[in-house]
Amino acid sequence: MTKFPTPSIDWGALSPELILLGGATLCLLVPLFLPHGWRRHFCAFVSILSFLGAGAAAIALFQMDDTGTAIVADAVRRDRLAELAQVMIAGSGLLTVGVSYAYVLRERMGEYYSLLLTAAAGMCFFVAANDLMTMFLGLEWFSISLYILCAIAIEEVASLEAGLKYLIVGSFGSAILLFGSAFVYGATGVIGFEDIAAASEDGDQLFLVTGLAMIIVGLGFKASAAPFHMWTPDVYQGAPTPVTAFMSAATKIAALVLTMRLLVTAFPSQENLWTISLAVIVCISLAWGNLGALVQTDVKRMLAYSSISHAGFLLMPIAVGTPLGGRALMYYLISYAAMSIGSFAIVAARERELARPVTLEGMAGMGWERPGMGAAMTLFMFGFIGLPPAGLFIGKFYAFSAAVDRGWAWLAVVGAIATVVSIYYYLGVVRAMYFQPAIRVAPAGGSPPRELALGTSVLLAVVVTIGTFIGAQPLLDIATDSVSFLPFPH
Amino acid sequence: MFTSLLIFLPIAGALFVWIVPWPTARAAGGAALLVALAELVIWVNRALNFDYASAGLQDEASHSWFSDLGVSYAVGLYDFSLWLVGLTVVVTTAAIAYGFWTGRERMGVYLGLLLFLEGATVGVFAAQDLLLFYVFWEAMMIPLYILIGVWGGAGRMGATIKFVVYTLAGSLLMLVSVIALGLSAGTFDMTEIGQSDSTWIFLGFAAAFAVKAPIWPFHGWLPDTYRESPPEVAAILSGVISKAATYGFLRIGLVFFPAVVDDWRTPVLVLATIGLIYGSLLAFRAPDIRGVIAYSSLAQMNLIVIGLFAVNDSGISGALLQMVTHGLVSASLFLLAGAVERRAATGNLVLLGGMARGRPVLATALITTGVIALAVPGSSAFAGEFLILNGIFTRGWGWAVAGAVAIVLAAMYMLRLISAVLHKDPGSAVTDAALDLRPAEISVIVPLVAVLLALSFWPAAITDHAFGGKPEGTVSSQFEATP
Repeated sequence: MTKFPTPSIDWGALSPELILLGGATLCLLVPLFLPHGWRRHFCAFVSILSFLGAGAAAIALFQMDDTGTAIVADAVRRDRLAELAQVMIAGSGLLTVGVSYAYVLRERMGEYYSLLLTAAAGMCFFVAANDLMTMFLGLEWFSISLYILCAIAIEEVASLEAGLKYLIVGSFGSAILLFGSAFVYGATGVIGFEDIAAASEDGDQLFLVTGLAMIIVGLGFKASAAPFHMWTPDVYQGAPTPVTAFMSAATKIAALVLTMRLLVTAFPSQENLWTISLAVIVCISLAWGNLGALVQTDVKRMLAYSSISHAGFLLMPIAVGTPLGGRALMYYLISYAAMSIGSFAIVAARERELARPVTLEGMAGMGWERPGMGAAMTLFMFGFIGLPPAGLFIGKFYAFSAAVDRGWAWLAVVGAIATVVSIYYYLGVVRAMYFQPAIRVAPAGGSPPRELALGTSVLLAVVVTIGTFIGAQPLLDIATDSVSFLPFPH
Repeated sequence: MFTSLLIFLPIAGALFVWIVPWPTARAAGGAALLVALAELVIWVNRALNFDYASAGLQDEASHSWFSDLGVSYAVGLYDFSLWLVGLTVVVTTAAIAYGFWTGRERMGVYLGLLLFLEGATVGVFAAQDLLLFYVFWEAMMIPLYILIGVWGGAGRMGATIKFVVYTLAGSLLMLVSVIALGLSAGTFDMTEIGQSDSTWIFLGFAAAFAVKAPIWPFHGWLPDTYRESPPEVAAILSGVISKAATYGFLRIGLVFFPAVVDDWRTPVLVLATIGLIYGSLLAFRAPDIRGVIAYSSLAQMNLIVIGLFAVNDSGISGALLQMVTHGLVSASLFLLAGAVERRAATGNLVLLGGMARGRPVLATALITTGVIALAVPGSSAFAGEFLILNGIFTRGWGWAVAGAVAIVLAAMYMLRLISAVLHKDPGSAVTDAALDLRPAEISVIVPLVAVLLALSFWPAAITDHAFGGKPEGTVSSQFEATP
């Protein structure tokens, strides 16, 4: 009987995932033995510690790794790109805990936090994927966690509907991705990213290109890039707001980082195909996201369309396929993630005040009632447009620079026009908050609740947003380091 | 050092006014006013110690911001930018004082936003890095949007969205141009970027400047915005912010794209001449005070553009003098319009009239400003317009004739405004309860008019102290194409 060879496992490199999974286990089991009142505090506390621990582990790995190595039988990549993405995912999770803290889930507190941690662990695994198998495994790992998270408010029809829609459309996307992977395997006979690159010359080009196209579609679903975005508005609107906040930031980070890694590492010889097709996806996302957002009155739905348009902006630097583009992507993601969670956090705060979904009219007068929240939301909205002093300004500047540098000035012009369109709906929020007379909020128990945890998350998001603007240089250095070893085609 | 101080003192002051929980609105307003006065003192001190003999950059400061693309925090002042900074500081101080005396709702927030705007505008005039210039340029828009949207008139919703979409549509094209120019030059440092002959890059910049100035036909946002703004904000908008655009044409358009400017002179001059005549005619037909000032502002800005695109000593010097003069004139006029509107509750010229009787200070201030605005010989506006027309004459006598016609039109609309407000029979909206200017208003408007009078006596204060203060032939040499 032949002995099945077990690969040597670099446990240290997997520590972010392991810490998060450990936290998830604690959140699931320990609250069973705790009195009701303690469960929420315990779970939130464990989640914060886990996210901090995972982030610290990823930072430590980032410090240690100068060059990337493939570990666990070449299935997982240990490199700075993955580690930087893991830091961002852990940071997103940390901010999400603050948003979630006051979210009322009577019986399912433990499940909520453990799924949040599991989803984050899945994303951390996904961004480090080094072959088609781990890629699919990671994708399903975090997707399934997110399906349940979307539907976790089972008393609300909207939440159930969001979960179901996400499940069906998401599975469809996963299936396409898997099918595409099978084609690529069929064409090349290998699943490792570098092996595919090496074997692609001899492989069947028709199968290979078909597989590549299907993989791009599958990843486009997760990144909610148009025309694969159909689920996004419904799911973002229906899912509990803290979950939406987490998805809007962390899923984007995971999907886009892996898209860049996969395309650059595995398909350098098909570069002429995927760069231009991504550019087309960029244009469609920018057009569809911005035009769709114009007519929304529900703030969450509007932010969902905005996230589609930002998928376009984020794919722009990947599409150009240059080191400058890689740097732009990683830098853009940092400030985008913070601003996205911050803005959904403010929506969550308003939602709890009004006890109903937040429409633009529902935001009326908020700027004067809650000056801190109003100022933060104004910063985020101006920032999403790409105005200083938000780090996204520099992100957009880099994304456009990458396009111009590649000789695709037209793509930057498309981005500029899309930005002009976006002014209307982003400023619609500011207009509602400050220019319109306040609606009479009459909460049952007196003044609206002031949530320390949520406020802290918003404050952290503001700090990151402005910090990325002022301290651009060190972050750009980190972003440069994280992509320095990727074999960019240009 | 001084430059950074001039930029960040108002911005820090704004944060200070916003964050401190002031006991009363007056206290918050007083703090804002003190910050503005301190800024004014710093600028005066700087202007007195400036080396006008040197054409180079002074008081520069530079720190790397992100090095891989060569972007830095680089600021500094040329002698001509010093005057525009001075205009910003004087007009903003007047606006803040006016807002303080008249008492606005949420005074701290309001005056803080004006301070923030001041810092951003000074930044535009001082930035010596293209991206930094763009950052300050966009930073001007954020406070303006909120100022008009919250404290504006009844039609503010439509006005703000028009204003923002117009401005940002122009400035985002400028962003693409900033990137293209910076990447092709390998640096974003404005003192190191050489000349470029790319028409597209020039047009991207020109789009932003043409909207902001505005040049005809990019002025669609202007009438609504000037009508719906609070008078202080309208004063700053037409007095100062529009000058950022003409400064952009001077500092970026003429310096980096001399060959393209040469090619595009005729189209730009055609548009600007149409704008000059069109604005003047509309000012003559406008039904309200603000309309007259708004359209006269449009006309004047187009005249300044004509002076710049002459690209010779006389034209550029005249344009600079006219920028400062018009800034002071239109700021004074908008503040006076605010004073009239406060008394009559309307700016409609049909309902006004006869306000001179029993209101000598108001009448004197309005007539003095109006007479300077219509460029009566001996006024600084006359000096500026003469230099501009003299400059453009060398490019073709037709342009100068059109300009001279516009000066006649200016006399017509200004005298119409003066007579409709001050003379004739008292209008239905003018009651005896409408008093003369109060001491608080006098303390704001009289100094502005005094500065204008001083400039009229001594326009050489600016023309001899700009562009290195050197004799004939050296101004334009800084802006000529290298063969």
